[in-house]
Amino acid sequence: MRRAVLISRATVAAILSIAVPAGADGMPQLPRGKGATCVEPLEVMRRNHMDFLNHERDLTVRGGIRGRKHSLTGCIACHAQRAGGRDGDPGAFIRIDAPGQFCHACHEFTGVKMDCFECHAAVPAGDLPETHAP
Amino acid sequence: MTTNPPANSKRRKLLAAAAASTTAAAVAPGLRLIEWATAAASNATDAQPVTDETRWGLLIDTDKCAVDCDACVRACNAEHGLAVTARPETDPQWIRKVTLTGDGDGDNSGDNSDDDGDNENAGRITSLPLLCQHCEHPPCVDVCPTGASFRRADGIVLVDKHTCIGCRYCVIACPYQARAFVHENLFAQKPWSPRGKGTVEGCTLCVHRIDQARTPACVEACNRGDGDGNNAGDGDDNNGDGNNTVAEGNTRIDGDSDHTGRNPDNCGAGALLFGDMNDPQSAIAGRLRAAPARQLRADLNLNTGVRYQNL
Repeated sequence: MRRAVLISRATVAAILSIAVPAGADGMPQLPRGKGATCVEPLEVMRRNHMDFLNHERDLTVRGGIRGRKHSLTGCIACHAQRAGGRDGDPGAFIRIDAPGQFCHACHEFTGVKMDCFECHAAVPAGDLPETHAP
Repeated sequence: MTTNPPANSKRRKLLAAAAASTTAAAVAPGLRLIEWATAAASNATDAQPVTDETRWGLLIDTDKCAVDCDACVRACNAEHGLAVTARPETDPQWIRKVTLTGDGDGDNSGDNSDDDGDNENAGRITSLPLLCQHCEHPPCVDVCPTGASFRRADGIVLVDKHTCIGCRYCVIACPYQARAFVHENLFAQKPWSPRGKGTVEGCTLCVHRIDQARTPACVEACNRGDGDGNNAGDGDDNNGDGNNTVAEGNTRIDGDSDHTGRNPDNCGAGALLFGDMNDPQSAIAGRLRAAPARQLRADLNLNTGVRYQNL
């Protein structure tokens, strides 16, 4: 069973890797976060980030516990990129689910749909567009 | 779900102590039990779930609530990014102003029969904000088929939009019409207030602020000092970040669209009082003891968290 899952994942990844821009090693190129290290080791985050997020969302929504280290806003605060303007202008933040950005790059590569950002803000607080799109 | 945090924390401490006495037991390559237990314990100490020792409540003095003031509504719209569109039929309302005219029977019964014949209250205009009443026994929670509509231990009634399927049963069940449905795709939601198409939403009592020991946005707007038209630098993040652009059709650039010198985003009437009704020392508990307060539709025995005085 486990073997079958691994094989199918590898197959999907192989097929998708044809269409997605990738680095020399064939993996998607992710923008780096701001900090020196992530809140967990890379391998732990790659495999378990969805469980961390699910767990903490229940603690937050139901128990009112906020600001723990596995929060979605924490991911976004660290990994969101700015568009970058002229003359040293940092530019506005790009949505983290935009093509090539942190969440999108890997989810596109693995073919896993995420719906977090249909409701959640995809840019850090303090740099939000003031109007809704038409 | 939130009734036994002490037991949990004891258990965690026990785990940590047990782990500390175990010498570098390896549970996985590169991860030793002691590291796992220490991390779990340190993560657990920073916060505990809310408990029912607190019952958050909102006391509204309708004598102080001006008919033409909607500062609380605009503060709510700005805080949660509720758009005011050209399609008011489908705009979500978390709080709205209601104006009542006395029917003369003096008993607020709704049957319009003046039992004592004194014509009391006839024509008396009362203005009040109507929002989720944060019931102790919320009908919206009773009817929710997925458990998405729930009451937090400290009395705040919320929608867990992760499990909401948008059936809108709660919208129908609520006697106060306090729930709204999101009909359209949303963009640029506030990080502290996730909202999305296909889910039901309503007043959260600004739970994100309460968890940071701040008061709800409507209460802040209602109590914010007024009169000098200058609220710059008061540390409130509502000023200038969109509060002045979310308005009912008229463009607010300086927050003074009525040119009275008064900032209409601030009320200053102080009609709203927020606090812990379970704490005898709190202002809201004192006010509730000092003067009678009314629950809307008290006949339903919902024990609402929002109370009205002078109604």
